[in-house]
Amino acid sequence: MNVRLYIWQRATAALMVPLLLVHIAVIFYATRKGLSASDILARTRGSVSWTLFYGVFVAAVSVHASIGLRTVLTEWSPLGQRTRDIAVVLFGLLLALLGFRAVVAVVLP
Amino acid sequence: MAGMLTVSLWRGGTEGRYVDYDVPMRETQTVLDIVTWVQRNCDATLSYRFACRVGMCGSCAMTVNGRPRWTCRTHVSKVVSRGRLTIGPLENLPVIKDLAADMRPFFEKWQQAKGRFAPSKTRSDPIERIAPDSAARVAADAAIECINCGVCYSACDTVRWNGDYLGPAALNRAWTLLNDVRDAGNVERLAAVATDGGCHACHSHQSCQEHCPLALNPTASIAGLKRRTAQAYLRGEIKP
Amino acid sequence: MTLLAHRTRPLWIAALVHRLSGLALAVFLPFHFLALGLAISGEAQLESFLRWSEQPLVKMSEAVLLGVLAIHMLGGLRLLALENLAWREGQARLALLAVVAAMAVAFAFLASVF
Repeated sequence: MNVRLYIWQRATAALMVPLLLVHIAVIFYATRKGLSASDILARTRGSVSWTLFYGVFVAAVSVHASIGLRTVLTEWSPLGQRTRDIAVVLFGLLLALLGFRAVVAVVLP
Repeated sequence: MAGMLTVSLWRGGTEGRYVDYDVPMRETQTVLDIVTWVQRNCDATLSYRFACRVGMCGSCAMTVNGRPRWTCRTHVSKVVSRGRLTIGPLENLPVIKDLAADMRPFFEKWQQAKGRFAPSKTRSDPIERIAPDSAARVAADAAIECINCGVCYSACDTVRWNGDYLGPAALNRAWTLLNDVRDAGNVERLAAVATDGGCHACHSHQSCQEHCPLALNPTASIAGLKRRTAQAYLRGEIKP
Repeated sequence: MTLLAHRTRPLWIAALVHRLSGLALAVFLPFHFLALGLAISGEAQLESFLRWSEQPLVKMSEAVLLGVLAIHMLGGLRLLALENLAWREGQARLALLAVVAAMAVAFAFLASVF
């Protein structure tokens, strides 16, 4: 990991700490009487704040996880540098794609 | 004489095996004494490396019962386990023969990390006064006693898993020079330790700190480098 | 070869836990996103998935995942502090504290859903 990737990974990590605390609080709140689709969607549909919250979250986790995966592949896999970098970029894009799709799914009215 | 000790020594190069020797136990005896006894009394072809025998030169490090140690300052009584000692060459380095590891990659990375003093003055300049209690000097002093024994390098799994990683000793050295106000090579040094195998590859296992015979803390030095390189990068002084 | 001694140390294990929990989260996240994405074709789709997820085994897995998330976050916080603040000894104790706190989160979740 060079200094640029390091800064991105640590910055996204720090950014996700408050997001995670809110997320975990929401998990406890939403599951206290069992999850229900109508409750979840009532909270999220049309909400600009939840769109921003989860949008930033998805972007941060895609960057964070792909850089982390790059380190794991560097140390624990026989992949060459090019293959490794292509693999983690694809993984990051997949995460971002599925993540933004999920955000859209729950916030679109 | 307090009986015999079974000692397994690595024999051969990368391909090799452990061979058992019976060595008389003495009241005070270092691991290096054991190896020397085998070489003088059992097999004169046993290869190993040592020089000062008093913990200054850093040449006698070996793997003793799975743990890298400076053998000249390691008492057998402290490390013997069930009457046995297993002694091999340092890990994470090529084996030359028997207990002698090839230290070249270790010292090459020392150079790669710009572990060489880059003078900012000439001999005709007056001697610079350095306040011993200045923050930079305190930081440099805390890390400066390294004897290049390679114990930390051998104990580090990041070194093992990432062939490009410069390792704790070289980075610790870079940190001391970074804090030496007389040094003029810090931009190059920061750039050298900010690459893919540089300080950011460290996972803070702290094995280096735990095994360092001089009780240095390379993990703390590397954390300092991570901060300084990040600042330098954000200010545009270095590129990755 | 005897087991390399440094691999039995708490901070080496802490780094391993951090890596494995990160990998587990990376594997889980695409499925998490796919499940939420069900809402794209309507509330009913999501609702039927949520009914399926009420099985005890799924709830147990959710508790484990929450614990994994918590340990990755707390372990990461320890590293951020180690790298950015003044050096502090006792990292092994902090790592242990992170594990205990993460387990507490997971058990609290179990207690709240059962």
